[in-house]
Amino acid sequence: MMEEVKDVSPTLSVHGHNIKVTEALKDGDTLTFLVVSQKLSGTGEYHVARTYDDFEWLQQHLFSQEDVPGIQGVIFPPLPAKAQVNASAKVLKQLGFLALEEWQPYCKALEAFLRQIAAHSILSKNKAVEIFLTSSDPPGRQRIKKNIFNRLSQAVEGMRKEGHKDVDDFFQTERDHNLLLTGCTKTAAEKFLDVVLTEQKIAVACGHFSAALHLCVEPGEDPDKQAFSKACVKLSEVFDSMKKNMTSVAENNLNTLGLGLDLESRYQEAEKEMLFRRTCKLVELEAARKNAEKAKPVKKAAMEEVKKAAETEFEHICGVAKQEIAHFHGVRVELLRQSLVEWCEKQLLTAKENADQFNQHLQAFRGLA
Amino acid sequence: MAASSDRLAPFPAAEEPGAGAPDTADGDSDEGGDIFVCNSNPVAAVSRGVSQPEPPDLFSEEDEDDDEEEEEEAGANTPAKSNGVHSDDDNDLFAEAHVELSTDKPGNSDRKELSTSSSGLRPASSFTQSHAAMQPTSLEQMEDEEAKDSFDVDVAVTNPEKVGDGMNAYVAYKVSTRTSLPMFRSKAFTVRRRYSDFLGLYEKLSVKQSLQGCIIPPPPEKSVVGMTKVKVGMDDPSSVEFVERRRAALERYLQRVVCHPSLLQDPDVREFLEREELPRAVSTQTLSGAGFLKMINRASDAVNKMTIKMNESDTWFEDKFQEVENEEQQLRKLHALVDSLVNHRKELCGNTAVFAKSMAMLGNSEDNTALSRALSQLAEVEDKMEQLHQEQAASDFFIFEELLADYIRLLGAMRGCFDQRIRAWQRWQEAQGTLQKKREAEAKLLWANKPDKLQQAKDEITEWESRVTQYERDFDRVGMTVRKEVLRFEKEKAKDFKSQIIKYLEAMLQSQQRLIKFWEAFLPEAKAIA
Repeated sequence: MMEEVKDVSPTLSVHGHNIKVTEALKDGDTLTFLVVSQKLSGTGEYHVARTYDDFEWLQQHLFSQEDVPGIQGVIFPPLPAKAQVNASAKVLKQLGFLALEEWQPYCKALEAFLRQIAAHSILSKNKAVEIFLTSSDPPGRQRIKKNIFNRLSQAVEGMRKEGHKDVDDFFQTERDHNLLLTGCTKTAAEKFLDVVLTEQKIAVACGHFSAALHLCVEPGEDPDKQAFSKACVKLSEVFDSMKKNMTSVAENNLNTLGLGLDLESRYQEAEKEMLFRRTCKLVELEAARKNAEKAKPVKKAAMEEVKKAAETEFEHICGVAKQEIAHFHGVRVELLRQSLVEWCEKQLLTAKENADQFNQHLQAFRGLA
Repeated sequence: MAASSDRLAPFPAAEEPGAGAPDTADGDSDEGGDIFVCNSNPVAAVSRGVSQPEPPDLFSEEDEDDDEEEEEEAGANTPAKSNGVHSDDDNDLFAEAHVELSTDKPGNSDRKELSTSSSGLRPASSFTQSHAAMQPTSLEQMEDEEAKDSFDVDVAVTNPEKVGDGMNAYVAYKVSTRTSLPMFRSKAFTVRRRYSDFLGLYEKLSVKQSLQGCIIPPPPEKSVVGMTKVKVGMDDPSSVEFVERRRAALERYLQRVVCHPSLLQDPDVREFLEREELPRAVSTQTLSGAGFLKMINRASDAVNKMTIKMNESDTWFEDKFQEVENEEQQLRKLHALVDSLVNHRKELCGNTAVFAKSMAMLGNSEDNTALSRALSQLAEVEDKMEQLHQEQAASDFFIFEELLADYIRLLGAMRGCFDQRIRAWQRWQEAQGTLQKKREAEAKLLWANKPDKLQQAKDEITEWESRVTQYERDFDRVGMTVRKEVLRFEKEKAKDFKSQIIKYLEAMLQSQQRLIKFWEAFLPEAKAIA
């Protein structure tokens, strides 16, 4: 089981479940996010301004907690890729849903990140979290030493180790399943993004048509001309409604299922990384065992030490990992459930509103002389 | 003085107004000023695609109101089984959607937009005979007479079938007529015609009927791309769509022709409708897309090259012409915008289908049962939505895009109407000039005392005097016709647009209601996830 962390105050001084990232402010090339959290005691609030680099600082601190046993077995809440003002096409593509709507979804993603950290039994205990949420000064910017989570080196060795057969059925199954789900979820998120983008295009096209119809109003006393003009104006209103409806539909898609799929996709990746770390440790352990076996008497004791250390670490990691996985399974189902329910409810509401609108327009047209 | 026999009815830009894509909008039949209509038994849509040996129930809609312009199409969508190439053609884009739509309401423009796609102008009021001999003396009188007349000929174009194979293949359509007019051999009859037959008819009519101020409805344009696809195979969705659009356009073309009282009298029209085998029309090269364009340009060139500029005593014509030009521009813009919208909707169809598949895969990979089921349900919902999007795209297209295309052509033809009037004026002026010369020649002869040639000169003067009178009358008549046409056009346009919009809204409303049902069905599934 986990040992008590010797560090700091074991709990945050703010509520974790309602941390908000309210705005993204543009300051030249940088984006600054406002993070608001509620004090545990009393009715106060902390308002702090953080840049993406600050978020990364937090993440790095969490990654580098080497004294926490089994830390590598933690599924770390995923931080979205860096948001940039005037981002390149490649960055926008990578961000997917999060790049839309003036960074509102992106703020939601950062919010989710913080809430998940605050809710995590191990991670929330880290001092950096408290500092991040409450310090009015920006947290320190010093680069922390390179840690075990250097993804670049992982990527290089990844291909070789990823397929390494597991000693534990539970984990092998989980790895296989995760691989499958990661691919599917990523694809689903991408395809859904295409849907949303096309819906936005339709909204724009309706807007153009509506505007052009307005220009068809003909002057003149002639009753037929006036009738035609009235019809054009009314039709212009219809298409304006259609534009608003399409915009809502796209927004609903984005804010509920879109974000849900995005988060799910990134979380699957985070689990994948955790499982990979564990697999790497497994490889390390097997190597250490071999070394200990083959070691010449002179080195034997030292190798045994190394082996024991690896075994202990691996044990810790597996322990933490099992808990994390169980927790993760529950959390992701709940997250998806919420997304789907909210999505359905919002779209249902929008559809009903739209039907009403069409009805009204229809009545108005029928009543036209 | 030759009648302008080279002058075929004006036809606006060969390619689709505004769109320009050769294989999309097939030109719809349209008239500039001709807003005649058969308003007795509306051409109820035939059960398209259903092969019936005799068409006794082809036309089922009752007359509701003389002025109901969509009567012809009202029946257009009797709950026909399908509306595509083959009766049970599953590739018919609109078959399924058609079934879902509500049944007709009498008199309503219940062309289920998908099935008929006839969105053309359906002028409601009838029109009195406009032969030179009879001319209503006042506009009011004209309108009264319009209300009384009705025509008893209904035509329908159905059952497109591919004949032959390979590059010599063509599509034959069933042309069914029902009538009580004695000039026809029987009360109901059917013939098979191919597209070039329709073009041939148009050419014959144009040659004969010019200079009346009438607009000869033009048939849809040729489309090499469209037809090549069809020759290869009629099964893919784009071929099905092409054939359906052409069929609807040909039907509207014929409906307008038979509703025009003078054209109906033309033996060529009767022959087209009645005769079992028509000799193959050969000179339809000129009526290809490029051919039409050349025709227009030649026609306007002729007008522009007039040495005697028309002295317009009536500003009404000038003003109207300007309005027509403006409106044509606006409609072109609208047409382009709708086209863009339709394309985006089609894109959405594609995206939705792909997304549905990806969700299905996700659902299959999921091991939590409730979640897996919900995701699979989601995939099904998305599939249904794809269908909805398809229908909406079709709605946009057939209700608005074709409507706008029709009117753009109608306006173009109306401009041609004005041109005809100017040409009539020109002919009159030239005759006056010639008469003047003849008189001068006579005077010279008198002075030169050549009695033998004098009689001939006097004869010529008499002849030209009567010609001048004739041409002046022609000019007046054409002017009156044009005025009438324009007024009626505006009336019909307002009605037509309004009825199409209502149809569109009804379709949209239905779509929304189905969408609501989809969501309501899915919600409990989502909530059941645990």
